[in-house]
Amino acid sequence: MSATTAMEVNIEARRILAVSISKLYASRTQRGGLRLHRSLLLSLVMKSARDIYHSSRESEAPSGGLSVPEEPMETSSSPVLPEPQPEPLSDRNSSETATEESDSKVDDYDFDIIEEKENLSPARQSRKRRGKASAAPDFLPSKRARLEPGEERYEAPLASCRVGAGESLATLSLNQVIPAF
Amino acid sequence: MGEDAESPKINHTFLRDYVTEADVISTVEFNQTGDLLATGDKGGRVVIFQRETESKGVTEEAGEVGDSGEYNVYSTFQSHEPDFDYLKSLEIEEKINKIRWLPQQNAAHFLLSTNDKTVKLWKVSERDKRPEGYNLKDEEGRIKDVSTITSLRVPVLRPTDLMVEVRPRRVFANGHTYHINSISVNSDGETYLSADDLRINMWHLDITDRSFNIVDIKPANMEDLTEVITAAEFHPHHCHLFVYSSSKGTLRLCDMRASALCDRHTKLFEEPEDLGSRSFFSEIISSVSDVKFSHSGRYLLTRDYLTAKVWDLNMDKGPVETYQVHEYLRSKLCSLYENDCIFDKFECVWNSSDSVIMTGAYNSFFRMFDRETGRGVTLEAWRENSKPRAVLRTRRVYTGGKRRRGDVGVDSLDFTKKILHMAWHPEENIIAIAATNNLYIFQDRVNPDAQTE
Repeated sequence: MSATTAMEVNIEARRILAVSISKLYASRTQRGGLRLHRSLLLSLVMKSARDIYHSSRESEAPSGGLSVPEEPMETSSSPVLPEPQPEPLSDRNSSETATEESDSKVDDYDFDIIEEKENLSPARQSRKRRGKASAAPDFLPSKRARLEPGEERYEAPLASCRVGAGESLATLSLNQVIPAF
Repeated sequence: MGEDAESPKINHTFLRDYVTEADVISTVEFNQTGDLLATGDKGGRVVIFQRETESKGVTEEAGEVGDSGEYNVYSTFQSHEPDFDYLKSLEIEEKINKIRWLPQQNAAHFLLSTNDKTVKLWKVSERDKRPEGYNLKDEEGRIKDVSTITSLRVPVLRPTDLMVEVRPRRVFANGHTYHINSISVNSDGETYLSADDLRINMWHLDITDRSFNIVDIKPANMEDLTEVITAAEFHPHHCHLFVYSSSKGTLRLCDMRASALCDRHTKLFEEPEDLGSRSFFSEIISSVSDVKFSHSGRYLLTRDYLTAKVWDLNMDKGPVETYQVHEYLRSKLCSLYENDCIFDKFECVWNSSDSVIMTGAYNSFFRMFDRETGRGVTLEAWRENSKPRAVLRTRRVYTGGKRRRGDVGVDSLDFTKKILHMAWHPEENIIAIAATNNLYIFQDRVNPDAQTE
């Protein structure tokens, strides 16, 4: 894949992720409650978009295109999320290969739509500076406290994922994408 | 119903001219004889239409349909009201998701109607006589002054204007945690199933406080959820068989004799994925929105976003026939995702002889496919272009090549005009199409009885 088409796919994937998140968010206020089927389909699209985004990043990495898309992202969103920028950036550079390798296992999200705030662990919270997005943060991916066995979640996350130690690319992009609207 | 029919006369019935959200029709269903047609809407109302019987006698030969045979309103009632689940703080919509008629056993008609959570059994009966001549009440029902009564008489039944009464006979509540998407009456005449996203329950028509769970695909950990149930139906003849479709595009045939809990399917119908055409939206467009057994019970008809497929129960490796409903939308999936149209759930129906299948599309178009020839035709349900007794014109979506007059370009399609719900008369070539808040009924005068040609 050439760098330009990879970038196009990249942009498309991020756009779809953004649209999906706004749909997930909107579905919370829908009459009749959260629709499981619809939420499942949305999460599958997000997963596809995320996978394609990652695989296109992978193909870009050897060509050194890594830093190029990062800079525009930083400058455009810097007023909103100043602090996470240097941290995940350095994280990514160091653990890039490690993250990619363990992609399948480690790179996951929790899209817990309902219990977001209560279940944020303190360590996680410190990294998730929401800034202006705090007005509507519930759909942001975050690490949710594990439920006790036997405890049930009704409107549970459907793209079952957990964020790994090295904060992944897509999380970063989602954090930046959300404040954009 | 050929596209080249010489002079078929089409009979239209237009109703509900005003466009309010509550008037959007959400389900259409003929009863087993086709004399009654029920529609449910988003406002929780059910409207039943009855076919006017022509004066019988000379016109009773096969194939002859008199000038009437139109459907007129028979009864209207409020089936479901908006409700609230206090425990989960969720509104429960009153929208009628499905209506299914019970086979008629006496003078009254029974139908099941369901919203997201509750199924109700309604009895529809006629009353054309009333008792008159009570001793203690006068004609208006007021209690008489006892001193004015000088003699006793026996009340008699006198004919009166026809009254249609609809009464709720059973309420099957609290059976479902998730949203009910289907109900299906069993051929045994005693039970029916209701399916939500993760579970299918079987009920006895006389018992409302208990149901039997026959399918449960809820994973122990909801994070592992990968598919949901999208539709379910009992086999038309075998009371132990039912099928359910999933969001992954698979069908599962279950035999209730095999085990009490039918989590393990008897047969799995799955088409191998075409990896070449994978996109962001592959999963969404493969989700089955409707499944219907053929009248013969031998075939299954499914609808996913872009195609309609016919499956043979004897072959689970893939469909035996695939019909492209609107393949020209494949390149537009991204915009259809953004405007939510990709989530639309289209229904599909068989004709009475299982030779033709029909399903809806956008721009008030609906498609019919002749299974013998494999040819499809596009028709339009739109008032402006048709008058009563007009010929239904075939339409075309322009996808390249020579452009004909009347062709509609893909970008001019109106995606707000979607034909999701429809029904085909069980014996004749009469179809009922729901277009948002309008109901269209088309009859084939040339070939009123379904004959294969």
